[in-house]
Amino acid sequence: MHVLPYLVSGWILLVGMYGLATSRNLIHAVGCLAVAQSSTYVLLLSIGFRRGGTAPVFSDVPTGSVVVDPVVQALALTDVVVGATVTALLLSLVIQLHKRHSTIDPDQLNGLRG
Amino acid sequence: MNASDLLPLAVAVPLLGAAVFAAVGRLLPRLASDILATAWALADLVLLAVLWHRANGRTLTNWVGGWRPHDGEGVGVVLVGDPIGVGMALLAAALILAVTVYAWRYFAEPPSGHPGTFPALILLFEAGMCGFALTGDLFNAFVFFELMGAVAYALTGYHVEDPRPLQGALTFGIVNSLAAYCSLTGIGLLYARTGELGMAQIGLHLADHRTDALVVAAFVLVLTGLLVKAAMVPFHFWLPDAHAVAPTPVCMLLSGVMVELGVYGAARVYWTVFSGPGGIPAAAVHEVLVTAGVVTALLGAVMCWQQRHVKRMLAFSTISHIGLFLIGVALLNAPGVAGTALYVAGHAGAKAALFALTGVLLDQYGSVDEHTLFGRAVRLRWSVGLMFGLGGLALAGVPPFGTGLGKALTERAAGADLAWLPAVFVLTSALTAGAVLRTAARIFTGAGATPHDGSDAQTRGDHEEPEVREPGRPVPLPMLVVPGLLLAACLAVGLLPGLGAELARAGRLFTDRAAYTAAAGLPAPAGPAVSATAGAAATGTGWTTEGVLLGALSGVLAAAFAATALWGPNLTGTTVRRLGGLAAAGSRRLVLPLRRLHSGRLGDNVAWLATGIAGLLAAFTALK
Repeated sequence: MHVLPYLVSGWILLVGMYGLATSRNLIHAVGCLAVAQSSTYVLLLSIGFRRGGTAPVFSDVPTGSVVVDPVVQALALTDVVVGATVTALLLSLVIQLHKRHSTIDPDQLNGLRG
Repeated sequence: MNASDLLPLAVAVPLLGAAVFAAVGRLLPRLASDILATAWALADLVLLAVLWHRANGRTLTNWVGGWRPHDGEGVGVVLVGDPIGVGMALLAAALILAVTVYAWRYFAEPPSGHPGTFPALILLFEAGMCGFALTGDLFNAFVFFELMGAVAYALTGYHVEDPRPLQGALTFGIVNSLAAYCSLTGIGLLYARTGELGMAQIGLHLADHRTDALVVAAFVLVLTGLLVKAAMVPFHFWLPDAHAVAPTPVCMLLSGVMVELGVYGAARVYWTVFSGPGGIPAAAVHEVLVTAGVVTALLGAVMCWQQRHVKRMLAFSTISHIGLFLIGVALLNAPGVAGTALYVAGHAGAKAALFALTGVLLDQYGSVDEHTLFGRAVRLRWSVGLMFGLGGLALAGVPPFGTGLGKALTERAAGADLAWLPAVFVLTSALTAGAVLRTAARIFTGAGATPHDGSDAQTRGDHEEPEVREPGRPVPLPMLVVPGLLLAACLAVGLLPGLGAELARAGRLFTDRAAYTAAAGLPAPAGPAVSATAGAAATGTGWTTEGVLLGALSGVLAAAFAATALWGPNLTGTTVRRLGGLAAAGSRRLVLPLRRLHSGRLGDNVAWLATGIAGLLAAFTALK
């Protein structure tokens, strides 16, 4: 099995985390979280990949043919739903924060420390 | 109906309730909405109690939709209800009911146009927690984990009018979601190795291969999500920020049961997936997690002592107790698990009661700041103040509270393992309880010297928005009855005969991997059972003289700490002055840098998360 997709997935996760750690803008931060999450899509889909395989829809292909793993596709789909929910929720919090506090720079939010 | 058919209902009932409230909540008048929410929470509690009773110390399983595995392989999703799992769900349901009753008149102004939002979110939270406690499938656990996470972020930021809850909710959301995606990466790696998602099936298939970097990476990544939820050091930075600003009823749930579910999840994943051949050696897990637990307990206790924001103080005390729970679980034997389970149950009662009483302060005085409330709540001394003090004693583990019995049992198991571990238990529980007693004495009796505003790096607790805006009215009855009942429940956990014995059996079942695999209808795992018998010498299920004495010692120490803080500044004499100077220097050198670490910045949180993952990877690679 090819190792490149796994390296790419790890790279995307690390880039997302780096972006989060250095972010100066909360919308950018939520975007970085989505980037980190997309590493899991790449990982899941590359796990299920079969060389020469087709989509696992057996109405179109004979039952014995090589197909990619449908389980990881279901997982990736669930993952997308989870990610969409969390991203939407976090973005709505950022909007509220901007309304009440008129800043989206995480470094200016220092009400909680110590 | 078969008892195991009730397992999916435990998740489905609150989900359905959430849907009903989301759909028709806005049409209901406030009273009807309150009554319906209470009835629904009660229904799920009764359901889980019946499940606990009918399971009767066995492990129940339900392959949802009848998708059973064939020859140990399959894609079905399984729900597993062993006594510890059902017990955690039961605890969650009990706290949900308490919170629903407590919040009856609490949110005077629901968001306009959406009066059903709060009960809907609370029931959705319950569905996530019950599902997480009962699932036997790793990916399903991730989904329930994110469900309870997303609801918790929304509930934390429920008061969208204030900037601080929003900040806390954002940090909470981003850090926990990032950790959950790390978990998902680990689950993906495990699927790549074994082609399975069920915990028992993965565990069986790991035996086909030796322990290599992939297994270690998968273990650390899966554990990261769970331990971030559990707020282990250095993953804990989000917790005080979120707990300090969440609405009080939500704090009761977060501290009482959600954080503990992280520890439960880590233990469950270790035993079912990684405890066999091809997994992670028990010695490595024991060493790393006991160390982390000790650090967490000590750091939480030191930080707890420093706080003047009462909710934030209670949040740090939760971190400290999480450290103790981690130690108990990381002993990797049945007595440790049983003692921890009892400790968690007792702690949930005491901590939820303390948060509920803090909610009364916020309601009456619009502040949760120990310094500005100094001596102001004297008229509540015999109701709220008394319960607050009792809660402090319960936190210290004074007999006969449930926390005391749980602490005594865990201490005994820990002492059989490493002789100095009980000292950590006594010291940290005394320090956190001492902080609570100090606060109670200051706020409700105005005892001791007037506190002065000291160092710079701290969160103040005044200028909090009161959550109910009707100044001058008496304390609503549910806000007094619920904490009283919670404290009584904490007492009952310590006094009910047979609960200790039942949990000891549950602990043996929890640590018996072969029993879990057999219950899931799979062939027995190869190789000997790793953990079931280790440390079995220190069994015992009730109060012992040693346990009572150590509990009493914690209580006395807590009172001594509190008295020192209250009256220490008034004392005169050279020795006292010299000791005071020493304490001030220690606080400047050690504690202030520690407090500066808790900067509340999102970037720092993420950096610590990455550091923690790297540290765990290094530790487990070295010890595998």
